[in-house]
Amino acid sequence: MNVSTILIILLIGAFATYLSGDKLASKVALLFSLAALGCSILLLNNYNAGENISFIANWINKPTIVLALNADGLGIAMVLLTLALTPIIIFSSFGNEYKNAKSFYALILFMAFAMAGTFLAADGLLYYVFWELALVPIYFIALIWGNGDAEERRKAVVKFFIYTLAGSLFMLTAFIYLYQKTGSFLLEKLYAAELSSNEQLWIFLAFFLAYAIKIPIIPFHTWQANVYQKAPTVGTMLLSGIMLKMGLYSVLRWQLPIAPLAAKEYLNIFISLGIAGVIYGSIVALKQKDLKKLLAYSSLAHVGLIAAGSYTLTLDGLRGAVLQMIAHGFVVVGLFFAAEVIFRRFETREISEMGGIRIQSPKFTSMFLILVLASVALPSTFNFVGEFTVLYSLSQINIWFAVLGGTTIILGAYYMLKMFQQVMLGEANSKTFADVSLNEGISFAVIIAVLLFFGFYPKPITDLITPSLETILSVINKN
Amino acid sequence: MDTNLALLLVLTPFLGFLINVFFGKSLGKTVSGTIGTLAVAISFIVTLVLFNQINSTGKGIEVTLFDWIQISNLKINLGFLLDQLSVLWLLFVTGIGSLIHLYSISYMHDDENMHKFFSYLNLFVFFMITLVIGSNLLVLFIGWEGVGLCSYLLIGFWYKNQDYNDAAKKAFIMNRIGDLGLLIGMFIIGSMFSTLDYATLKTAVSEGSPLLSLAALCLFIGACGKSAQIPLYTWLPDAMAGPTPVSALIHAATMVTAGIFMVTRLNFVFDLAVDVQTVIAVIGAITSLLAATIGLVQNDIKKVLAYSTVSQLGLMFLALGFGAYEVAVFHVITHAFFKACLFLGSGSVIHGLHGEQDMRKMGGLRKAMPITFWTMMISSLAISGVPFFSGFFSKDEILLTAFHHSIPLYVVGSIASVMTAFYMFRLMFLTFFKEFRGTEEQKHHLHESGSLITIPLIILAILATFGGLISLPGNSWLNEYLSPLFTKAEGGEHHLGATEYTLMGVAVLGGLLGILIAYIKYFKQNNVPESDDNIIGLSKLLYDKYYIDEIYEAVIVKPINFLSKFFRDYIETGIAAFVFGFGKVTGEIAFQGKKIQTGSIGLYLFVFVIGLCAIVSYLFLAQ
Repeated sequence: MNVSTILIILLIGAFATYLSGDKLASKVALLFSLAALGCSILLLNNYNAGENISFIANWINKPTIVLALNADGLGIAMVLLTLALTPIIIFSSFGNEYKNAKSFYALILFMAFAMAGTFLAADGLLYYVFWELALVPIYFIALIWGNGDAEERRKAVVKFFIYTLAGSLFMLTAFIYLYQKTGSFLLEKLYAAELSSNEQLWIFLAFFLAYAIKIPIIPFHTWQANVYQKAPTVGTMLLSGIMLKMGLYSVLRWQLPIAPLAAKEYLNIFISLGIAGVIYGSIVALKQKDLKKLLAYSSLAHVGLIAAGSYTLTLDGLRGAVLQMIAHGFVVVGLFFAAEVIFRRFETREISEMGGIRIQSPKFTSMFLILVLASVALPSTFNFVGEFTVLYSLSQINIWFAVLGGTTIILGAYYMLKMFQQVMLGEANSKTFADVSLNEGISFAVIIAVLLFFGFYPKPITDLITPSLETILSVINKN
Repeated sequence: MDTNLALLLVLTPFLGFLINVFFGKSLGKTVSGTIGTLAVAISFIVTLVLFNQINSTGKGIEVTLFDWIQISNLKINLGFLLDQLSVLWLLFVTGIGSLIHLYSISYMHDDENMHKFFSYLNLFVFFMITLVIGSNLLVLFIGWEGVGLCSYLLIGFWYKNQDYNDAAKKAFIMNRIGDLGLLIGMFIIGSMFSTLDYATLKTAVSEGSPLLSLAALCLFIGACGKSAQIPLYTWLPDAMAGPTPVSALIHAATMVTAGIFMVTRLNFVFDLAVDVQTVIAVIGAITSLLAATIGLVQNDIKKVLAYSTVSQLGLMFLALGFGAYEVAVFHVITHAFFKACLFLGSGSVIHGLHGEQDMRKMGGLRKAMPITFWTMMISSLAISGVPFFSGFFSKDEILLTAFHHSIPLYVVGSIASVMTAFYMFRLMFLTFFKEFRGTEEQKHHLHESGSLITIPLIILAILATFGGLISLPGNSWLNEYLSPLFTKAEGGEHHLGATEYTLMGVAVLGGLLGILIAYIKYFKQNNVPESDDNIIGLSKLLYDKYYIDEIYEAVIVKPINFLSKFFRDYIETGIAAFVFGFGKVTGEIAFQGKKIQTGSIGLYLFVFVIGLCAIVSYLFLAQ
C-alpha cells in the first residue's frame, strides 16, 4: 500500500457519493472519508515501520511531468489533519438539509482529494495541478450553497477565485522557470537547483504571492472575511481548517527550501508581515458584528503567527508552526461549527441579536467555552503548545518579535471573551435555544478531545514531524 | 509511591471537578457539595503526609511524568517538585480550601447552579496545586493560567448580570497582560540557561547580568498581574462580583499570592537582579499605600476588604524587594488566615442581610451575629498588628526589614499600616456596633449563620490568633524550615535589640492610633458615611479610586476600539478597493480597446502603417 491509495479512495468516494443519490450522499461521503482516514493511519504505521510508501509513475514525457507522490512525516501529518477534519466536517453537516446533496458531498470529497494531493505531491507541476484543483469544489460549494444575497455572494466568491488563481499563476511561472533551469519538476531536483540570489528572490516572491493570498497574509487577505461569511459553514470549515494550511505547508515544502537565500536575506521583513497580521487581525476582530467574520479575522491573526514562525527558519519556528497549523485546524472548525449550531437555532450570525444562550444550554456553553479557550491558547490545550513554541522561536530571533507577536494572548482574549459574553451570557434570550443534539455533541467532543489530548501530550506529533523539518532545514542551510 | 502521592494530591480535586460537571446536577446539592469538599480535604490529608515526610527528611521530592513540550535547546517535562516551599503553600491552599468548600455548602445552598460552583472551585484547587507543585516554570504556567480561568468563571458565576461578566473579562485580560510578561521572562531564561526547571536553574544561575535583570523584570510583570500590583491591580476590586467564598479563597488567600510564590521560588534569580528588587520594593510600597487610601472611604464591605488585600499584597512585595522571602511568605500565611476569615465573615453578614453589601445599611449586628462578630474582630485585630495576634508578628517583620534597607519605604509601609487599622475598624464599627440601619424587614430576619459557616470562621480565627507562632522573632520555625531554599540568609533573623523593640512599639502605637481614630469617628461621634452624591473633595477622589479605571479606559481601551473601527471601516475597504482596482483597470482597458474594434478598414490600415514605420525605424536606430 502506498499514498496513492488515499487519493484513490477519496476520488472513488466522490463518484460513489454522487451516484448514491441525495438521500444517502452524506452517509456515503462520511463512510469514504472515514475509510480514507483509516487508510492514512495505516500508512502512518507503515511509515513509522520504515516502509516505503511513496508512489511514482510517468505521466507526461515532454515536458517531463511525473506522478510523484511522497509522504514524509510532515506530509503525513498534513494528510492526517485533512482526513481527520473531513469526516468531522461532513458529520457536522448532518443537521442541515442541502439541495442537491449528492453534488454537495461529492464536492467535499473531491476537495479533500485535491487537498490531500497537494500535501503529497512531490512533483512541482503535479502539485500545482492539485493546488488549483482544490479551488474548483470550494468555488461551487460557496457559490451554490452559500448564504446571504446571491448577487453579493457571487461577487465575493468570484473575486476570491480570480484573486487566488492570479496569485497562483505567478507560482506556475516560477515552476516553469525552474524547469528551464533544471529540466525537471521533481521536488528533489528543484531542491538541488543552483540558483543565483537574484533568481531566488524572484522565485521566492512569485511563490510568496500565491501563498500570501491563500494563507492569507496581510495585506492580501481582503477576500477572506467575505468568503468565510458567505460560504456555507461546511465551506468555511474546509477553507479555514484545511485549505489555508495548504499555503502554510507550501511555504515549508516549496518556498523556503527552493529559495533559501531570499528567505534568509529578507527574514525580518517576512516575520514582521506575519506579526503585523497578528496585531491587525486581532484588532479588526474586536469590532466585528458578524460572528463568522469575527472568526475569520481571528483566523487571520493566528495564521499570521504561524507564518511568522515558518519564516524564522529555525527548527523551533517550523515545528511550532506545524503544531499550530494542526491545532488551529481543529479549533477553527470547532468554532465555525459553534457558529453554525447557533445559526440553526437563531437563524442569524449577527452578534448583537444573540446573548442569553448559556442559561438555556449548559452543554453547548461548556463546549463553546473550551473552544474559545483553546483558541486563546490556554495552557493544557494543543494551541498553547504551538503558540508557545512559535513565540519562543521568535524570541530567539528578536525579543521584540515575541513581545509583539505575544500581544495575541492579550488581544485574543479580549475579542474572544467579548464575543463569548455577547453571544452566550446575560439574561435569557427571548428565542429558545435547544441544547446540542447528540450528533452535534459528538462533533464537538471529538474536536475537544483532540485539542486536550495533544495539549498534554504533543509528543507523537512532534516526533512525527521533526525529522522532516530537520531535512527541510538542512536543504535550507546547505550552503 | 511518591509519584502516586503526588498524583493523588493533584488529581483528587480534578476528579471532584469531573464528578460535579457530569453528575453534579443529578446528585443533588448536598451530595455535590460534599463531594467537592471531600475532594479538597483528601488533598489536604495527602499534603499533611507529604509535609510530615519532608519536614523529617528535609529533602524535596521530584516526580517526572513525561516529556511535554520539545524545543531544540529546552526539554520541558510535565513534572512536580514537592519541597519545603510547595508543601507549605499546599498546606494553606488545601487547608483553607477545605474550610471554604465546607462553608460554601451552606452559603451557596440556595443557588440553582451549586454543582457548577463546586466544580469550578475544585478545578481551581486542581490548577492551584499544579501551579504550586510544578517542577518548572511552564508547569507553573499551566496552573497560573488555569487559576486565571477559574477566577474568570467564578467572578462571572452569576452570568446573567453583564456587569459581573465585564468584571470577569477584565480580570482575565489584565492577568493576560501580566502573563505575556511572564512568558517573555521565560523565553529569556530559557535561552540563557537552556532550562526552565527550578532545580537545574538554581545551579545554572550564578551571576547577574542586564539580560537576567530583564528576565526578572518580565517575571515580575507577571506577578503584578496575578497578585494585583500597580499597574495591573484594578481587576481585583472588581472581582468582588463573584460569590463571597470565591473572594475569600481565590482573591484573598490563595491565587493572588501566586506572584509572591513565583518570586520566592525564583529567589536565586531575583537576588542577582538588584535593580529589579528595588523596583519590586517600590511598587509594593506604593501599591500598599495607594490601595490603603482607597480603602479608607469605601462603603461596600467587600470592596474595603479587596483594597485591603491589594494593600497587604503590596506589603509582601515590599519584603520581597528586600530579598526577605521568608518574611513575605510568613505574611502570606497569616494574611491567608485573617483575610479568609474576614471575607467569610463578610459573607456571613451579607448572607444574614440577604445580599446587602453597603455598610451604611448595616450596624448593630454584634448581638445578632456574635460568632461572626468575634471571629471578624479577632481577624481585624490581627490585620491591624495588635500584639500578639498573628498579623502583629508578620507585619512587624516586614516593617523591620524595610527599616533596615530604606527609611522612606519603611515610612510608606507604616502609614499604610495605620490606615489599615483605621479602615478595618471603620468596617467593624459600621457593621457591628450602634443601631441597625437597614430595613425593618431585614432587622426582623437578622440571625447568626449556620454551623457550616461558623465552624470555618472559628477555625480561621484561631489560626489568625496563633498563626504568628510559626515565626517568632529570634526563634523562627518558618525560617529554619525554609532555609534550604535560599542561598543567602537575610531578612528575618534580626537580632532583637533596642531599635527593634522601639520599632515594634511604634508599629503597635500606629495600629492603635488607627483604631482610635476609627473609634472616635464611627463609635463616639456615631458618623455614618455620606450617601454617594454628597461625597466631595479628597474623599470623592479616593471613593472614585483616583479615576484609574477611567484613565485606563480613555488611554487604552477606547483607542484600541477606535483603531478597530478605523481598520474595519477604512483600511479594510481601502485595501479591498485597491485589490479590486486591478480587476477594474483590466476591465476598463478591455472596454476601451473594444471601442477601437470598429470594423473600419481605413483605421486598421492607418494603425498598421504607423506601427510598421515605428518598428522599422526602431530597428534602424538600434543599429
